[in-house]
Amino acid sequence: MSAHTTGTFPVKRGLAEMMKGGVIMDVVTADQAKIAEDAGAVAVMALERVPADIRRDGGVARMSDPVMIEDIQGAVSIPVMAKARIGHFVEAQILQALGVDFVDESEVLTPADETHHIDKFAFDVPFVCGATNLGEALRRISEGAAMIRSKGEAGTGNVVEAVRHLRSIVGDMKRITQADPAELFEWAKRLQAPLPLVQEIATTGELPVPLFCAGGLATPADAALAMQLGAQAVFVGSGIFKSDDPAPRAKAIVEATTHFRDADILAKVSRGLGAPMTGIGMDELDVHYADRGW
Amino acid sequence: MSTTPIGAGDLSATGPLVGVLALQGAFAAHQQRLASLGVDAAAVRTPIDLERVDALILPGGESTTMSMLLATSGLFDPLKGRLADGMPVFGTCAGMILCATEVFDARADQRGFDLIDITVRRNGYGRQLDSFETDLDVAGLDEDFHAVFIRAPLVERVGAGVEILACHEDVPVLVRDGRVTVASFHPELTDDTRLHEMFITSL
Repeated sequence: MSAHTTGTFPVKRGLAEMMKGGVIMDVVTADQAKIAEDAGAVAVMALERVPADIRRDGGVARMSDPVMIEDIQGAVSIPVMAKARIGHFVEAQILQALGVDFVDESEVLTPADETHHIDKFAFDVPFVCGATNLGEALRRISEGAAMIRSKGEAGTGNVVEAVRHLRSIVGDMKRITQADPAELFEWAKRLQAPLPLVQEIATTGELPVPLFCAGGLATPADAALAMQLGAQAVFVGSGIFKSDDPAPRAKAIVEATTHFRDADILAKVSRGLGAPMTGIGMDELDVHYADRGW
Repeated sequence: MSTTPIGAGDLSATGPLVGVLALQGAFAAHQQRLASLGVDAAAVRTPIDLERVDALILPGGESTTMSMLLATSGLFDPLKGRLADGMPVFGTCAGMILCATEVFDARADQRGFDLIDITVRRNGYGRQLDSFETDLDVAGLDEDFHAVFIRAPLVERVGAGVEILACHEDVPVLVRDGRVTVASFHPELTDDTRLHEMFITSL
């Protein structure tokens, strides 16, 4: 370990640490990526269609065309993430070969494997995975994820599922810190998660990797809500580029994520942003992306 | 026993108050390292926060993001003033970029504090796949320091009078000029607190 070692877990987790307090924005073109960088995004997620459009179009959603990812890599200096289907380790191999900075093994794309997630320890590139509850988060970490994002419900512009998932993850972590050592075995069984990770949470009160929030955030207030509930950074997908005026909204969400406890600043940055994306209620959905992943 | 709450600004009792710029990035990790040394560091997000602190850590993160937030938060000018007046500062990674006199591959509108005469290239070591960890021989430390480099800035020139405290493969990675210390790696990401201790004891 003395000379010069790449692709280690501390190095993967380190990039996630650097994104804390920031906003990761979905972009579908190099122009959008520049708008995101100008607005202060800490990273962009390069994909062909934002989740709202994937939802509208239906069909199978796959990894983006490498040309489109390379265009975006060429347009910005901040980290570029890209999505692979759940369990599709070859898509992840391709993304690593393209030199993306983070791979999102994402339920927004159509799953390629209904039993297995990707063995993320087999890669040098770090992975982020979604989770709806603490057990799912710990299973993804045990497979090598360097960052967890609460799933929410992507492409809806509706924050309710993001809140549910964050509260579930953070709430169970709080309860675990109150448990005595004997109860941790039961927690591990109930969560279907490795005991050492449960024991680590009992000691630290935190996930072993950064916890970000995704899925349905559309306003500066949504971003600050996620942060106050315990997220350490936010993903905003359709919420920015499906709104009336993306650039000022993007910048306002960045400021809200930094100053998430300062209501005066939140009031200031929330002014005059134009219409947010319309959004949809959970009972109007045909497909719940959050149900994908196991 | 004083009844003043900890962190309420009673500096006489606690010595200099160290701040950590908390706009974005690994600021909480720096606060944790300092806490393990018994130092209660304040998060700095606004000009009012800045007025309370006597020394500052500029953490890693995205320098483009921090640069934008320094402007919108109204912190840039007062912070530049405090730094020019000699406030001690320790910058890591993005913090090094903010302190350097010359930055290559930065955004055209990215502003810095011109505090230490070095030239750095943003992401000079490459993309995340080129991020690495290694052991460093640091001047003043008996044993090697294990360092994590994340999309790190590459130091391409060091001006006269700038002290080189550590190199990796002949490239300076930890340099100091008076009250300004900057690292291209992340001492906040490991449990080793010796560099934080070095900064605190210099105050």
